[in-house]
Amino acid sequence: MFPYIVRRIFVMILMLTILSIITFLLFNAVPTDPAKLTCGKTCTPEIVAANRIRLGLDQPLYVQYIEWIKGIFVGRTYGSGTATFDCSAPCLGYSFRNGEEVTTMIVDALPVTLYLAIGAFVLWMLIGISSGIVAAKNHGNWKDRTIMGISLIGYSLPVFFVGLLLLIFVIVRWNLLPYPDYASPFEDPVAFFQTMLLPWLTLAILYAAYYTRLTRSQMLETMGEDYIRTARAKGLSERVVFRKHAFRAGLTPIVTSAGLDLAGLLGGAVITEYIFSLPGLGRLAIGAVTEYDLPTITATVLVAAVFVIVANLIVDILYAAIDPRVRLS
Amino acid sequence: MTIDSNLILEVKNLNVEFTTDDGIVHAVNNVSYKVERGKTLAIVGESGSGKSVSSLAVMGLLTASNSKITGEVFFNGKELVGADPEEVRKLRGDEMAMIFQDPLSALHPYYTIGDQLIEAVLVHNKVKDSEARSRAAEMLTRVGIPSVEQRMNEYPHQLSGGMRQRVMIAMALINGPELLIADEPTTALDVTVQAQILDLLRELQKEFGTAIVLITHDLGVVADLADEVLVMYGGSAVEHAPVREIFYEPQMPYTWGLLASIPQISAKKEQLDPIPGSPPSLLNLPMGCVFAPRCTFKAQVSDDACANKFPDLLAVSVDHEARCHLTESQRTAIRSERKIGKV
Repeated sequence: MFPYIVRRIFVMILMLTILSIITFLLFNAVPTDPAKLTCGKTCTPEIVAANRIRLGLDQPLYVQYIEWIKGIFVGRTYGSGTATFDCSAPCLGYSFRNGEEVTTMIVDALPVTLYLAIGAFVLWMLIGISSGIVAAKNHGNWKDRTIMGISLIGYSLPVFFVGLLLLIFVIVRWNLLPYPDYASPFEDPVAFFQTMLLPWLTLAILYAAYYTRLTRSQMLETMGEDYIRTARAKGLSERVVFRKHAFRAGLTPIVTSAGLDLAGLLGGAVITEYIFSLPGLGRLAIGAVTEYDLPTITATVLVAAVFVIVANLIVDILYAAIDPRVRLS
Repeated sequence: MTIDSNLILEVKNLNVEFTTDDGIVHAVNNVSYKVERGKTLAIVGESGSGKSVSSLAVMGLLTASNSKITGEVFFNGKELVGADPEEVRKLRGDEMAMIFQDPLSALHPYYTIGDQLIEAVLVHNKVKDSEARSRAAEMLTRVGIPSVEQRMNEYPHQLSGGMRQRVMIAMALINGPELLIADEPTTALDVTVQAQILDLLRELQKEFGTAIVLITHDLGVVADLADEVLVMYGGSAVEHAPVREIFYEPQMPYTWGLLASIPQISAKKEQLDPIPGSPPSLLNLPMGCVFAPRCTFKAQVSDDACANKFPDLLAVSVDHEARCHLTESQRTAIRSERKIGKV
């Protein structure tokens, strides 16, 4: 098990390195002069030139890349002489649009996305797996068909549609909840839950539908395996066959999917955050894109990618924990 | 209910049907057989002949909602068809057990060999885990697994094919069942290992007095292990006789075909004689004899009887039955002409 994890971590570091290079090149591939974006309409060529030097944009690409990476690990100092500006580690850059360190912006936005993603995740896993199991156990009869029908509808509805529908009816028409106004759960738990409830539901509906279908098909497939027949031939009760023999085997692909879906959301649930005015990573990214805030764009891309890669590692480790064939090969 | 204390299993007019979108699949039709305690019955036939399905039905392992089982199955004098599934479950793995063709897929990939055997003990016995563990170790030793303590902590994929089948056999016999159904137990194994597994089965049968229903398409295996043979074709029993008679006095053209397709070193011919054609669709069984479309001798039967009437399973001698419209003298003539069996 241990060498396996070490190997996976090594691969992860390699992937992160490649990823950081791609992200960095992305920043430089944009057909705009980043230095020009640092000042407003009343910009003079002199200010642009000065800012270019200040931000190190006059340096060759590889120097810029090393500076950027150095910033993440040990921090960096922009400019020289008297007009310096310290950006302490982990420094993801400086947003000239907002006049703020990108790291600070991300640290502020991250918890919002975290609460949104994890809340929705718990909700959809509970609903999805349990209804998937009920459907599989009732394969072919009306319960199965009803669950499958509902999940098909849930799966076909786009997030923006469900989100807007909930917003319009629950909040605007029926006034069941106040208008979304994000508050930290530690400062105002009531406002937090009132704000988060609909976003959680919005995401959970889509994902629960998907996980219902996934769980059902996995369980049905596993129940047809030879070792399930063996378990029955041993005289085990259907309950033990299902819980001990079938569920664990059917779980593996669900774990994979769940890890990656959660990671994807942690990178920012763009549409949901936008509809419900949640100041999370997704909204930060969208804001940065519309404002050409390049350092913020690169940083959000990098953070989202790190989530996916780390989730991949965790999924691999879980996989090995569940399946001895992975662990021992 | 017939009570013959010498019988462990008696199957009477067993029918298994599956309702599918394409129609009703008649997988098993009116099959009857008896298995005596400690004896071996081989059920022989091609894939799709209903040999596996009939055994799964006996074990109560056909649980698909589209399957329908009718007829009678007496296990130790107790009717299993229509019995409370819970009652049948308690018999499974305890008084009747089953091993399967491919031991790799039949063992759970996520649990150790030890866990899977211990589980089999604990389902049917109220004993401590440590007691179950020592029984498992003992049984694994008995089936010839080396360094048992280490093997018990290993997973199925870490064992060789032959070892896995030994584990399956140990798991099936651990509670000392009176009946073991072995569904093609050697088909997925190397030829050298096949012989070892058959030897093991024979030894264990002697030691535990287990009756065996051996499902196979390999007549070599049959000659090795069986006391009695039931030949199945298209879901029906077509010939039923002691093993000696199947090889020396076969009565049914399908059995002749099976025997002719065994490679023989002593034979001077260089080619095997396969049976022409392919098995019938169980969705649309032929009107008359199920074997008629592939039978080379149907022209010798008058009135086109083969195409119109399925022959009854008639006694040829005291314990030998066969289905065929050919008269006994016709069969004898054909056998001597073609040198089928020992004439």
